[in-house]
Amino acid sequence: MSDKPVNHARAAEHFIEDAPHLQFHDERLWDMRQKRDAQMHILPEWQELREEASRIKEHTLSRLPEYLEQFETNAKKNGIHVHWARDGAEHNRIVGEILKAHNARNLIKSKSMVTEECDMRPYLAKQGVTVTETDLGERIQQLDDQLPSHIVVPAVHKLTADVAKIFAKDYHTDPDIRDPHLLAEAQRQAARPVILHADAGMTGGNFVVAETGTFVVCTNEGNADLSATVPNLHIATIGIERLVPRMADMGVFIRLLSRSALGSPITQYTTHFRGPQKGGEMHVVLVDNGRSARLGMEDFWTSLKCIRCGACMNTCPVYRRSGGLSYGAVYSGPIGAIIDPTFNERKYSTLPYASTLNGSCTNVCPVKINIHEQLYKWRRVLVQHHEMPFVKREIMHMAGKLMGQPKMYRAAIKATEVSLSTMPRFVLYNWLNPWGKHRENPHPVKQTFNDWYRKNRETAKPAAAAPETKK
Amino acid sequence: MPCATFRANRAEDEYPLMKIGLFIPCYIDAFYPDAGIATLELLEKLGQDVEYPLDQTCCGQPMGNSGCNSDAAAAEALFVRNFAKYDKIVMPSGSCTHHVRDNFDAIPQTDEVRHVRENTYELVEFLHDILKVDAFPWAEFNHTVGLHNSCGTLRALRTASMSELGEKPFSKPMDLLSKVKGISFATPKRPDECCGFGGTFSVTEEAVSARMGVDKVRDHHQAGAEYIVSADSSCIMHQQGCAERAGVPIRFIHIAQILNGASQ
Repeated sequence: MSDKPVNHARAAEHFIEDAPHLQFHDERLWDMRQKRDAQMHILPEWQELREEASRIKEHTLSRLPEYLEQFETNAKKNGIHVHWARDGAEHNRIVGEILKAHNARNLIKSKSMVTEECDMRPYLAKQGVTVTETDLGERIQQLDDQLPSHIVVPAVHKLTADVAKIFAKDYHTDPDIRDPHLLAEAQRQAARPVILHADAGMTGGNFVVAETGTFVVCTNEGNADLSATVPNLHIATIGIERLVPRMADMGVFIRLLSRSALGSPITQYTTHFRGPQKGGEMHVVLVDNGRSARLGMEDFWTSLKCIRCGACMNTCPVYRRSGGLSYGAVYSGPIGAIIDPTFNERKYSTLPYASTLNGSCTNVCPVKINIHEQLYKWRRVLVQHHEMPFVKREIMHMAGKLMGQPKMYRAAIKATEVSLSTMPRFVLYNWLNPWGKHRENPHPVKQTFNDWYRKNRETAKPAAAAPETKK
Repeated sequence: MPCATFRANRAEDEYPLMKIGLFIPCYIDAFYPDAGIATLELLEKLGQDVEYPLDQTCCGQPMGNSGCNSDAAAAEALFVRNFAKYDKIVMPSGSCTHHVRDNFDAIPQTDEVRHVRENTYELVEFLHDILKVDAFPWAEFNHTVGLHNSCGTLRALRTASMSELGEKPFSKPMDLLSKVKGISFATPKRPDECCGFGGTFSVTEEAVSARMGVDKVRDHHQAGAEYIVSADSSCIMHQQGCAERAGVPIRFIHIAQILNGASQ
């Protein structure tokens, strides 16, 4: 993997230049945020639910090993094979071996961010396994060879015309189709035979219940249920942080998940998997891939509470105007910006800066992750670890020094005022001035507040600090 | 000066009297001195004993927000030297107040530092919560305004209810502005959306920042606002730059100016 820092700013600039895509993206996600608000207003206990969800997750994370073992014991009793994967490579190897043992060449899968983390598809392709995504958005992204741009709506950055073009290439449909229903039907026709003849199915898992040894998958398209039940072999890949202790806890999370994500009361399909179907096999691969290390990070461990609803992305004004792909990572948006650096600090060192620290993400988070505070803390960590570009670091260093020296500071302000009022436009607005690319500079003033105060108040206040020599 | 009459006959009896240190953030000092002057005059009209230490520079926020916390130390130390002697420190800026109150930790946390941090107020909160001002008899503003709550005031200082939480609606800046004669309000479609300033974000993420700014000023303009009023001049500086470049005909004013009696 390249360690070169992701250039979010440049990718975002590119995204913004495309007005129709930008407008659709911003409005579609804002609409999801508003639907989420409407659901919140229906439930007077919304804030209590968030508090309870946060409490359950923090409790579980603080006793993760115990609950994981409890799950393993109970899952085995249910006839589920449980595997442990330290990282992506181990996960892929485990999945590859299971498939090999069953001589499975065709794998259908529903959406799973963990398999994206593990970069599983290329690994299996090398083993001769054909992987077909069954989630509509995820399939579009697979055909277009892109990462999902959103964890819930993976192709939200695309317009109907984009999808028509992709389907025309792969499904030989009319590239000028503009009716989403026709496109969905094309996908259905293409997917059904693949599903019916698949050797194995794979799902993720939204929640893992320790006391019952079961897991829960929430989808809206029913594709996870097809993936899990049509073939006899079901493999579920799940991050170790997805645990809850009791079945009773599910009531809290199911009420929050889809309301936060899409603004619907519940997902169309909420399936509890309790064991293999008759004559079949069920495997759960529990993936660590950096999670244990993150659990040990004092300022960042609560990011493991995340239930992957995407509400922080929908509300984020930066995400809405830059698109998920601009983050150059499996996880995008605010939650991505605080967990991606745990995978590769240098590569994702720019992401905590792709935020105005406005805090809306924290407010919508159903499990109360203090996302914007973690963004702030990541910046400190990245600077301490020398992951800030040299020039910016130096500018801050000089600015910091200047701010400690009132006389030099006054001279600098004066110079700014003079240049703003005397420099010609072509000098003020050029590539050296990113501020002025799409904005006018602030107007120069006749006198600063400091000057005004010296003239109008200082003499009346002998207690004030000793006057400086005027320019 | 007009303030003298109010000082004599009104405010001293009604409002608690404190020794106030006035902090004027760098961008107000350099680009929006009228907002600073209005803040000072307003506090004087309300009978307050206000001093502006001349050797002030910055609260340290730009360095802190960039992650370069150690570089904020000199500014923070100077800030404490300037303001430790006052009962209350008031500033017409939500984001600077947020920095002092919540993130001001580049220097050792002595009693002096703690005193400064615990007694620093953004102007609106100071008027609303400490002085509990119930009237601005000198203020009249015959215009339709859109209120811009900076994210610092909204989500850090919590001077207004936040749409994400479904709280019972409240707004300290609106409470104050409602006491101004002649004023009317326009409500944008996305009132709590960040305008995209974000400090160094405005330069490092120039494209997104400017786009957010344009969207923001258009939202206010389409809602019918003649002015965008805010307690934060940094947001104003950014939004004004975006509006002027995009040709959105809308004006900008700091809340202190309206409360102090500006007519336009």
